[in-house]
Amino acid sequence: MANISFTIKYWKQNGPKDKGHFDTHEMKNIPDDTSFLEMLDILNEELIEAGKEPFVFDHDCREGICGMCSLYINGTPHGKTSRGATTCQLYMRKFKNGDTITVEPWRSAGFPVIKDCMVDRSAFDKIIQAGGYTTIRTGQPQDANAILIPKADADEAMDCASCIGCGACVAACKNGSAMLFVSSKVSQLALLPQGRVEAARRAKSMIAKMDELGFGNCTNTRACEAVCPKCETIANIARLNREFIKAKLAD
Amino acid sequence: MSKTIDSRIPEGPVAEKWTNYKAHQKLVNPKNKRKLDIIVVGTGLAGASAAASLGEMGFHVLNFCIQDSPRRAHSIAAQGGINAAKNYQNDGDSVYRLFYDTVKGGDYRAREANVYRLAEVSNSIIDQCVAQGVPFAREYGGMLANRSFGGAQVSRTFYAKGQTGQQLLLGAYSALSCQVNAGTVKLYTRYEMLDLVIIDGRARGIIARNLVTGQLERFAAHAVVIATGGYGNTYFLSTNAMGCNCSAAIACYRKGAYFANPSYVQIHPTCIPVHGDKQSKLTLMSESLRNDGRIWVPKKLEDAKALQAGTKKGSDIPEEDRDYYLERRYPAFGNLVPRDVASRAAKERCDKGFGVNNTGLAVFLDFSEAIRDFGKDTIAARYGNLFDMYEEITDVSPYNEPMQIFPAIHYTMGGIWVDYELMTSIRGLFAIGECNFSDHGANRLGASALMQGLADGYFVLPYTIQNYLADQITVPRFSTSLPEFDQTEKAVKARIDRLMGIKGKSSVDSIHKELGHIMWEHVGMGRTAEGLKEGIEMIKKLRQKFYTDLFIPQLDGVNTELEKALRLEDFFLMGLLIANDALSRNESCGGHFREEYQTEEGEAKRDDENYFYVGCWEYQGDDEKAPVLYKEPLVYEAIKVQTRNYKS
Repeated sequence: MANISFTIKYWKQNGPKDKGHFDTHEMKNIPDDTSFLEMLDILNEELIEAGKEPFVFDHDCREGICGMCSLYINGTPHGKTSRGATTCQLYMRKFKNGDTITVEPWRSAGFPVIKDCMVDRSAFDKIIQAGGYTTIRTGQPQDANAILIPKADADEAMDCASCIGCGACVAACKNGSAMLFVSSKVSQLALLPQGRVEAARRAKSMIAKMDELGFGNCTNTRACEAVCPKCETIANIARLNREFIKAKLAD
Repeated sequence: MSKTIDSRIPEGPVAEKWTNYKAHQKLVNPKNKRKLDIIVVGTGLAGASAAASLGEMGFHVLNFCIQDSPRRAHSIAAQGGINAAKNYQNDGDSVYRLFYDTVKGGDYRAREANVYRLAEVSNSIIDQCVAQGVPFAREYGGMLANRSFGGAQVSRTFYAKGQTGQQLLLGAYSALSCQVNAGTVKLYTRYEMLDLVIIDGRARGIIARNLVTGQLERFAAHAVVIATGGYGNTYFLSTNAMGCNCSAAIACYRKGAYFANPSYVQIHPTCIPVHGDKQSKLTLMSESLRNDGRIWVPKKLEDAKALQAGTKKGSDIPEEDRDYYLERRYPAFGNLVPRDVASRAAKERCDKGFGVNNTGLAVFLDFSEAIRDFGKDTIAARYGNLFDMYEEITDVSPYNEPMQIFPAIHYTMGGIWVDYELMTSIRGLFAIGECNFSDHGANRLGASALMQGLADGYFVLPYTIQNYLADQITVPRFSTSLPEFDQTEKAVKARIDRLMGIKGKSSVDSIHKELGHIMWEHVGMGRTAEGLKEGIEMIKKLRQKFYTDLFIPQLDGVNTELEKALRLEDFFLMGLLIANDALSRNESCGGHFREEYQTEEGEAKRDDENYFYVGCWEYQGDDEKAPVLYKEPLVYEAIKVQTRNYKS
């Protein structure tokens, strides 16, 4: 363990219409086993001590599963980690003494800034509301083991279902496309017999909603899969395209 | 002073109560459902499943959460699994056995009838989730797979990798989204409930703060459901998310809802140890790891000293010098003893000087034998994501070196008191999920929290709430300009103004950290009457500092420091409740361990003669006044109350 000192350059923006700007702060002797968000806690303590306004960012579970944290660090969503990980799983040991660390919000037409690095991702909720489910009633459906599902299919569906809805894929995409997010949900349900019933309707309505909300198209640059903290792959996008074309042909 | 606490448990044998209840309860017809509004606060497993089910039945639901999306609720972080009495493994499981294990695991302090109902509906939860497309782990034949968890001798836990909570929550979230699309549920994200509105003795609405605009807003309904989780963050460091808080529950408590068994706090044995004073939260390593991992410390003190000094690593200690203390003390359950037992055993070893890291507060969880027996690939398939998470945080790979773990605050069994119908002591106010108290007694078994949250939300509340609403069908929708709303909003505003007006120097977090230290030291794993009394005085003193030296920036709109300050004010009251309850309970049971009350072997010593009751605390109109205790006696008909034994 060692201590490092560095400069932090962080984005300040008061609401979606404000132009916004960077503020900087010198961080001294930060233990390198501090997590990135704990480092920002220290920053805020120091800002408060100096009578300044604290820096606002979203965060919650701090163990990489809730999808709340959403920082664009040195040009990469969630920062550079050795394997898929969220901002909250990034540790200061990944940085060096004397670094300048730049922190920005997700920048996308689909995610307007609320304040500083806190953005509005309710568009993702709206896309799920358009069809990201099986329409079943609470009650007592058939016994769970009445639907046998090959292990390989169940495992693959699980991988697709691991998406945490953080929006890093949109932030990384030059077109601001939400295809990796949409395709992960469509794939999970398309791979399972329970989801097949509504597969066509789901693919069409979720894509229509995504377009309506101002997300861009996919041009296969694979920037999304490179930054996904849960290692979702663009194989999902290919599957979504197949589902979508199949649905359109059936119309 | 005494008050009769009526739990309204239906007549009849325990196995028939729920069936009888459903057969005779009052229902609301479809046309009338559309005229009734229900507020559900919280979108975790309990809140989302309740909102979705109520919406689908035809009620008009308003659903609130503090996060930016319902999918962020902290249920998402549950790792290990969910219990159900399916007996898919043909290992002798049954509804009765799940019921029995849960009551025993809870150290005979849970309410029998509620637990039986929980075990009874557990199987429907699995069916429901599979129908939603929850990708549970499967065997090669396509059937659902199971694993074992603490406190059980059968494999009844269903799981989705180490992300079961995530998958179940996304299932509930998708059901909720379906209802939002259908127009039956309206979502309010980034809203925080700050007070409950009561009209003529019934819960009729809430005051919530819009966390984006900073404005207070009023919402009216025929019934209010809180599903806002537990109060673990009173201790500052816990496995809870940063935003987890007890403010909605405390608001209800201040309005007259009893708070039951606050001293029952669960300390989870397998968390990554504390590493420094800047730490913001503790990370849990799933209990499922205890299926294949073996817990040990060195037999020799000199080895422990070398580990603490960093001159030796765990893998340097030969097999014969390792003390697998859980297997030694509890041969029948071994590493799978319940959480409270495992936590205390770790503390006992570390108190004796056998801790294995630089703070002396850690034990090993070792996979070397499992990797040798089953191969690295099998272990990676079972726990890969947990191992990765561990390495990400500690920079050590559990494939090569044993994990270091230590107990941490994780879950709270206590909560708002509810009757059999999940209604609180305020009419029309319901509490579900971790937020209520009823099912886990003094200790919760692993994989039972998810079960309880979904049982309450999908299968219990949607029925029982109708029994209350059936005579409300002629009550018209309420206006939010009634004087009761004016007064409540005025009181909330005064509270905010008071905190904003302090203009001191200390940040919310710095004071919260101090509170956490007091709680952990004096109201933590080993409690004494003397320590608790001291703790209570220290909390009160710190609260003085809070009211005189707190700093909140003067901002309109988003003000995260104000949000945290309001929650911290409630944590103070919560901390006092926990300490008072712990002080009044002169026995050890489950998560509540009083050092004065233990056997010669160091096991918890219960006192059923004097403490076989639910402790219900009533607020006395002022945060400074001591609460008053009422007792709901426990009545056991189906189970013989015994000393817990995990040895043979």
